[in-house]
Amino acid sequence: MRVTHQSACDSRKLGGTTEVLRPFGSEDYFFCSLLRKTEKGEKSIMKEKLKAIHDKAMAAFQEAKEIKDIDDLKVKYLGKKGELTAILKEMGKLSAEERPIIGQMANDVRQDLEKVLEEAKNRLAATEMARRLEKEKIDVTMPGTKKAEGHKHPMSIVIDEICNIFMGMGYEVAEGPEVEKDYYNFEALNIPKNHPARDEQDTFYIGGDILLRTQTSPVQVRTMEKGKLPIRMVCPGAVYRSDEVDATHSPVFHQLEGMVVDKNITMGDLKGALEVFARELFGEDTKVRFRPHHFPFTEPSAEMDVTCFACGGKGCRVCKGEGYIELLGCGMVHPKVLKMSGIDPEEYSGFAFGMGLERVAMQRYGITDLRLLFENDMKFLKQF
Amino acid sequence: MDVPMSWLKEYAKVTAPIGEFIEDITMTGSKVEGVTYMGGELKNIVTGRITSIEKHPDADKLVVCKIDVGSGKELTIVTGAPNVKEGDYVPVALDDSVIAGGKEIHTGNLRGVESEGMLCSIEELGCDRHDFPEAPEYGIYIFPEPVELGKDVADVMDLKDEVVEYEITSNRPDCFSILGIAREAAATYKLPFLYPEIKVKEEAEGRTEDLISVDIMNPTLCPRYVARAVKNVKIGPSPRWMRKRLRAAGVRPINNIVDITNYVMLEMGQPMHAFDVDTIKDRHIIVRNAKEGETITTLDGQVRNLDPSMLVISDPEKAVAIAGVMGGENSMISESAEAVLFESANFEGSNVRITAKKVGLRTDASSKFEKGLDPNLALEAVNRAAQLVEELGCGQIVPGIVDCYPNKRESWELTYSPEWINKFLGTDISEEEMQRTFERLEMKVDPVAHKVVVPTFRPDLEAQADLAEEVARFYGYDKIQPTLASGTPTVGKKTYSQNITTLVKDTMIAEGLCEAMTYSFESPKVFDKLLIPADSPLRRTVTISNPLGEDFSVMRTVSINGILNSLSTNYNRRNESAGLFEVAKVYLPKSLPLTELPDEVPTLTVGMYGKMDFYDLKGIVEHLMSVLGIGDKAEYTTETGLSWMHPGRTASVSIDGKTVGYLGELHPAVAKNYEIGTKAYLAVLNMEELIDASNLVSVYQPLPKFPAITRDIAMLVKEDVTVKQIADEIRKNGGAYLESATLFDVYQGEQIEEGYKSVAYSISFRSAERTLADTDVAEAMQAILDGLARELGAQLRDK
Repeated sequence: MRVTHQSACDSRKLGGTTEVLRPFGSEDYFFCSLLRKTEKGEKSIMKEKLKAIHDKAMAAFQEAKEIKDIDDLKVKYLGKKGELTAILKEMGKLSAEERPIIGQMANDVRQDLEKVLEEAKNRLAATEMARRLEKEKIDVTMPGTKKAEGHKHPMSIVIDEICNIFMGMGYEVAEGPEVEKDYYNFEALNIPKNHPARDEQDTFYIGGDILLRTQTSPVQVRTMEKGKLPIRMVCPGAVYRSDEVDATHSPVFHQLEGMVVDKNITMGDLKGALEVFARELFGEDTKVRFRPHHFPFTEPSAEMDVTCFACGGKGCRVCKGEGYIELLGCGMVHPKVLKMSGIDPEEYSGFAFGMGLERVAMQRYGITDLRLLFENDMKFLKQF
Repeated sequence: MDVPMSWLKEYAKVTAPIGEFIEDITMTGSKVEGVTYMGGELKNIVTGRITSIEKHPDADKLVVCKIDVGSGKELTIVTGAPNVKEGDYVPVALDDSVIAGGKEIHTGNLRGVESEGMLCSIEELGCDRHDFPEAPEYGIYIFPEPVELGKDVADVMDLKDEVVEYEITSNRPDCFSILGIAREAAATYKLPFLYPEIKVKEEAEGRTEDLISVDIMNPTLCPRYVARAVKNVKIGPSPRWMRKRLRAAGVRPINNIVDITNYVMLEMGQPMHAFDVDTIKDRHIIVRNAKEGETITTLDGQVRNLDPSMLVISDPEKAVAIAGVMGGENSMISESAEAVLFESANFEGSNVRITAKKVGLRTDASSKFEKGLDPNLALEAVNRAAQLVEELGCGQIVPGIVDCYPNKRESWELTYSPEWINKFLGTDISEEEMQRTFERLEMKVDPVAHKVVVPTFRPDLEAQADLAEEVARFYGYDKIQPTLASGTPTVGKKTYSQNITTLVKDTMIAEGLCEAMTYSFESPKVFDKLLIPADSPLRRTVTISNPLGEDFSVMRTVSINGILNSLSTNYNRRNESAGLFEVAKVYLPKSLPLTELPDEVPTLTVGMYGKMDFYDLKGIVEHLMSVLGIGDKAEYTTETGLSWMHPGRTASVSIDGKTVGYLGELHPAVAKNYEIGTKAYLAVLNMEELIDASNLVSVYQPLPKFPAITRDIAMLVKEDVTVKQIADEIRKNGGAYLESATLFDVYQGEQIEEGYKSVAYSISFRSAERTLADTDVAEAMQAILDGLARELGAQLRDK
C-alpha cells in the first residue's frame, strides 16, 4: 500500500493523475474511484464523514466573499482544531488495513481543499485589486504639474547648430573682441583707409584707432597671427553697424565667420565644404549656387545661394520668385591678407566665408520682425 | 546700374532671351537685381487715323470721331481733346486695352454716344514732353508723320525696352557704364565687343587752348582735367533715339547739350560738366581746395558751405563748381553762350564721396566719381561728347584739347602661371582658354612669357589671384568640382571655456529660464536709473563717438540693464512671470581715453519675477555651482554695497574667498525706475571666474559601509544670527565623525520670543571603520551644543 501511496504521489507530481484529483465538478467520479480502491470494503462511517466535510467545505469556499472569510474557513476546516483534524483523530477506530486507505483519502481531501482554498483566495485577491484600481481611477486628461520651461534663444539654436556642423568637419570655434582695432577690422583685411567698403559698413567709432567691429572677419586675422597652421575655424559673434532699428535692421547683429588655411587648398575645396554645410543645415536635397562677387579680403570671391527652403527652388514669396536665397559670402583668402598676417601665400592657400545669422534664424522660423529677437518676451522665447 | 538691353546690344550682339541672359551674366559676376519692362503694361493701343469729327449731340465740350484703325470697320470714339482734326494720325486705345498706370479702357457710353475706346495723350502712353517734345501740352498725341494703321503704338513709337538693373561691386568702377556691362556680356557669350568708333571733326575756328587755360593746384585730388570747347551752340531737343536711351537708363532728357553729357556718362561712365566759357573770369580754370568759409550756389539754387577739404573748380575770382559733385549757378549755360566748355576730369573717389556727404548732395556724377574712375577715360569721353555734338548738329567743335594730366596712369604687367591658377582653383583649364579670357577683357597677352598687360580701367587686377578670378568667372564657378580639403587633419572642438559656457547655459535652461539677447550698448542714463553714484568707476565707459543716438552711446559696464528692460517689457505685457538669463559681455576700459582694447568680461545675468522669492533664485545659483563642481566652495554673504540691489536681500557670492558675483532682490526704487511693479530678482556672475573655479573632474568616494548616527537639535537664537554662523559652529566642534549638518527648520512666531528664531538641524555622524555607538557621538554633540551656546547664545529647545 505504501507503494500505491508512493505511486499516487509520484504520478501526481508527474501530472499523470492530477486530472482525476483536480476537477471538483467531477467529484462523484473521484469518490467512486476512492471506493473502488477500498474494493469491497465496508461502508465506513469515516468515508461518509470525509465526503461530508469535503462537500461542506467546498460549498463554503465557493461562497466566501472576502479574503478574511477564506482565512476563517481555513482555520475551521483545515486548522489544528479544524474539522478534518477531528476526523483523523478517529482513525484509531479503524483496522490496520483500513487505516492507510482512509489516511490516504483524508490526505487527498486535505490537499484538494487546500488547493481550492488557494484558488479562491487568489480569485478574491484579484477581485479586490480590481476594485481598488477602479476606485483609484483618475482623469488622465487633466494637465500635468507645470514646471518652468527653459528655452534657448533662437539665435543660439542657429549658432550652435552651425558650429556643430563645422566642428564635425574638424573646425575649431574661435572668438575675438567686439571692441576692435581698425587694423584688424579693416587694414589687415585689405580695406585700407578711404576704401569705399568702409563706407558700405557704417562703422561705430570709439576714437583713435578703436571701433566696434563691423564683421567677424577680424578674428580671421587674429587666428592667422597666432601662426598655428593649418587653420580650420569658425567664429560666431556680435557685430555692429550704424543702422537704425527697424523690422529688418539692427545696429547689433550676429555673423559667423569661417576660415581654412593649409597647403594646397583650392576653390574646389571651398565649394565642397560649403555644399556639405548647406546640406547639413537645410537638408539633403538643398542645392547651392556660387556666383562671382567681390570682397576685399578674398580673391576669387563668391556669394553662395541655396535653394529656397520654403519652395524647394520653384520660386515663392520667401525667395522673391528666384528659387534661391543668398546665404553667405566666401572666397579664397586674398594673398595680400595671408601675407599681412605672416603666412607665405606661395606655400599656403585658404578659403574664408561669412554669413549673417539673424536672417538664417528669421527665415527658418518665419520671424518677420528682427526686433522680436531683442525684446525677450517670454511668449516669444517659449516658442523655440 | 540700369542698362537698357537695346543699348547694350549695340556693343554686344546678345541673342539669348532675357531670362537666360540675366541668369548667364549673373553667373559671370554682374549680378542682376531686377528687370523692368518699359512700355510693357501698354496693351491693345494701335495707330489710327481720324476720318471725321462731329460735334457731340449732347455735350458742348465733346466731339465724336470716326477712326480708321485699318480693320475695315470704322470705330466711333468720343474725346474732349481740343487739338484733333480730320486726317490726324493718333494713338487709339481699343476696347479692352491698358494704358499707362495699368488703367483699363473699355467701350462705354459718353452722354448717349457709344465710344469704342479712347484717343491717348503722351502721358497716357507713359511718357512726357521730355520724351516727345512735339507732343501738345494738353490733348491727344498726334503723330508728326503718317503711320501705318492698326499697328501697336508701343512698337511704332519705340516705347518698349527691357531695362536690367545690376548690382555693381566696389572693385569694378568700369562696370558703372553701359560699355562696361557690354564688355562683360560680350565676354560671357564669347562675342566680339563693339566699342564705338570715336572720331571728331574740328570744324570751328580758333584753338581751344586760346579759349581756356587750366591749372590743377591739387593733382592728388584731381589727377586729370580735360576740356574741349564748342562754338555755335544750338540748344534744342535731342533726337528721339537719345531721349529714349536716357529715359530707359533712368535719366530725364533736358536738351541736346545736357543730354549729351548724360549720355556719355551713362555710356562710358565718365561724368562731364558743361560751362559757359564767358562766365569764367580770364578764361582761366583753377582746380583748387575750397577756402575756409567759401560758399557756392549750386545749379539747384542751394547755397553750399565749403571747407578746405573740398575741391572746387574756380576761376581767379570764384568757385564755379564743386568738383565731381555739381556745377555752380554762376557758370550755367545760357541761350546766348558763345562757346560751351566740356569738362571731362578725374577726381579722387573718396574725396568726392566725403565732399558729397558733407554738402549733402549725392549726384549721379558724384556716385560715379566716388568709385574711383580711370583718368584715361576722360579724354575718350570728351571726344565722344564732341562727336555727338557734331552728329546731332548742335554745335561746332573747336580744334585742340586742353589736357592737364600731371601723372599719367600707365597700364601694368602681370605674370601668371596656368599651373598655379589651375591648382588654386582646383580646375584643369587650358592655357589657351585662359589666354582668350584675358583677351576678351582687353588685356594684351604674351602667351609665351605668360604675361598680360592690364588696361588701366581695371585697377582691381593686381596679382595672379585676381587673374585666377577672371579665369574662374568665365569658365564658370558652377563647373569647378567641389572637393573636400585633404591636408592635415584637425580636431573640431570647443575650448574649455566654451564648454563651460554651454554647460552654464544648459543648466539655466534646465532651471526653467529662457535665454535672452540684449543690446550691448545703452544710454548713460542707465547709471542714474540704477542709482549708481556719480563717482562710481562703473560710469567710466567705452563711448561711441558717432552713436545712433544717446540710447545706444555707451558700451555697458553693468550687464543688467538689458535684462531689466526685458523684465519690464514682460511685466507691462502682463506676462505673469518671467525668468530670463543671458551670457554676454560687459566692456571695462583699462584707461580713458581708450589707448588699448577694453576688457570684455563675459557675464551670466539672471533676471526673474513672478511666484518666487530670494531662495528660489539662490537655489538656481546653488544648482549651477554644484554642476560646475564648486557647490561646496561657494559662499554667500550679505551684500549691502550695490546701489541697485535690496540691501537686506542681496548676497555676494564668493569662491575660495574671491567674489564672483551676487544675487538678490532688485531695489524697489530701481524696480520703479524700470516700471516693474513687482519684486524682481537678479543674479550676476562673472563667467571668467566661474570658468577658472570650475572643476568637472569627479573622484569616486567609496560608499559608506557602516550606518550613520543622526541627532536632531532645535535651538533658539537671536534672529540676526545667520544659519551660516550656526553651521560653521557645528562644523567647528563636530569632531572626526561629523558627516553632515542639515538645516531642516527655521521658525519664528507663536511660542517664540520676539527677536528670536528657532533653528533646527539634523546632525549626522559616521565612521568609515565601524558602526558608531551612542557614546562615540555624545562628546561631539556636547561640544557642538556648548559651542553654539557660547558663541551664538543658542539655547537648546525642548523637543
